[in-house]
Amino acid sequence: MTLLELLKVEKTFGGLRAVHDVSFAVEKGAIFGLIGPNGAGKTTLFNLITGVYQPDRGAIMFAGKDIAGSRPATIAALGVARTFQNIRIFRAMTVEENVMVAGHHLHTASIVDAMLRSRRYENDERALSKRAGELLQILGLADLARETAGSLPYGSQRRLEIARALMLSPQLLLLDEPAAGMNSQEARTLNEQIRFLRDQLGLTVVLVEHNMAVVMSVCDTIHVVDHGETIAEGTAAEVKVHPKVLAAYLGEEPKQAEI
Amino acid sequence: MRLALRLVATLGVLLAIYGLQFGLEHGLNDYVQRIVLLAGINIILAVGLNLINGTTGQFSIGHAGFMAVGAYSAAYVGVRIAGPLHGVLGQGVLANAVIFNAALLVGALFAGISGLVVGMPSLRLRGDYLAVVTLGFGEIIRILFNNATFLGAATGYFGDDPSGLPAYTNFFWVYAWVAVIVVLIHNLTFSQTGRSLIAIREDEIAAEAMATPTTRLKVTAFAISAATAGIAGGLFAHMQAGVRPEDFRFEKSIDMVVMIIVGGLGSISGAIFGGIFLAVSLELMRDLQQYRLVLYALLLIVIMIVRPQGLLGTRELHHVLRRRAKPARPSGDA
Repeated sequence: MTLLELLKVEKTFGGLRAVHDVSFAVEKGAIFGLIGPNGAGKTTLFNLITGVYQPDRGAIMFAGKDIAGSRPATIAALGVARTFQNIRIFRAMTVEENVMVAGHHLHTASIVDAMLRSRRYENDERALSKRAGELLQILGLADLARETAGSLPYGSQRRLEIARALMLSPQLLLLDEPAAGMNSQEARTLNEQIRFLRDQLGLTVVLVEHNMAVVMSVCDTIHVVDHGETIAEGTAAEVKVHPKVLAAYLGEEPKQAEI
Repeated sequence: MRLALRLVATLGVLLAIYGLQFGLEHGLNDYVQRIVLLAGINIILAVGLNLINGTTGQFSIGHAGFMAVGAYSAAYVGVRIAGPLHGVLGQGVLANAVIFNAALLVGALFAGISGLVVGMPSLRLRGDYLAVVTLGFGEIIRILFNNATFLGAATGYFGDDPSGLPAYTNFFWVYAWVAVIVVLIHNLTFSQTGRSLIAIREDEIAAEAMATPTTRLKVTAFAISAATAGIAGGLFAHMQAGVRPEDFRFEKSIDMVVMIIVGGLGSISGAIFGGIFLAVSLELMRDLQQYRLVLYALLLIVIMIVRPQGLLGTRELHHVLRRRAKPARPSGDA
């Protein structure tokens, strides 16, 4: 079953054609890699899927529904969660609070309930805190729950973003360079965590990543873009030797280049 | 059991305030009493404004307008309902209490509604733009009152009685409302809604991506903030013989902003401190009246240099006392 499908999506910024005629389909339960050189339009694609930008043309189907042009909060509530390339955690809040913010579907109490500290409010808080604890456990951040998020090391902040995204109970998780700034040990742990999310939580993952060790080992399908256009799609083995991909990354005819 | 405990606690607080009032009225002269009342009204203003300026990070400098709406509507409604209610409830303390609090609530309602009306278009803007728009709306509201003949226009509204509005406002009612508003706003701030408001302040794009209904929450916080300013306005109106448009000039909005900046944007205890600080320092500066704004500006500059986050930053007093070693802001469960 196809969970996410882009159909001939197009986006220009002034004279810059950031995304041109890009189509791809992500099957439910897949780990889908989106790669390409810097400025290829990967993050723009994420921003189009999550509603930060609206496509000039084309459709973005999520679970059979065209979400192109919807507001980010609406799309997130439908089950599309994301992390950001430039970490966007809520720095002044604790780690646990960061995660709890995304738990709107666990939250039934009204503002009046909160003001009067009703039972419904207290049950909600318990449920939010419990779920946040479980997710922090999965990402290995449980010990840091009470720390101020801004004080965490870089790698932990990235994992906190994933935990926060999971709090939405999404069907689709978009990870924008999750391994950036991680050392190889951390990147290996991240690999396992991404597989865990798919295998144990049944998530579909779309991944933008420059760390090829991560991309090649974890992704079922890899979609390659350059200058806003699709140049290849296939398994890691196929993409690795695709002449256009090698040209895009290395800028010349390949011999036995390793990417 | 829970409910009973809460009732006992509430009654205890009200009794304590009542006891304090008794001591105050016998121990202090009128002048000092007035400053204490003004300090209470300031606390309500500051705690309310802090919800939008501090917690949500959306800068309003037009809250004097909402205070004016609360003051005028409470004064007007108080006068209108006094006759019939006195007819039903007699002339006693109870009748006055009912009339006064009903009038205050109507004032809060109208101020809250005007907050909604102002907030819905303005909160699409951010930062300086939002500040300028709220400033403009604040002035528009004042000028509307300045021209509303049924409310006395520029002379102000003094009710039907030649001695002016009834002086309902006393220590008990001011501080009972302070207690109610501080508790409600505190509970709101340390809840899922409060976390979402802080998230909007910290990173609105990320908050949106986490399905936070940012626009709705901002408008709601703005309306609640305006409603508390309305309560403060109603208390203020019944402290003096009447309400005049010039009580709610631009400077009043600046006063409120100074209160929360001195105490620390985003901190309720900071807002309480700032409210008291301003009431007292205003009196100390009474002889220098026309230099007041100059002194404020100086004060703000000094604070920005010495302690840009204000006295408490975004922290609360009980958190600072509880965990001196750790500057983290723990999740509140009070």
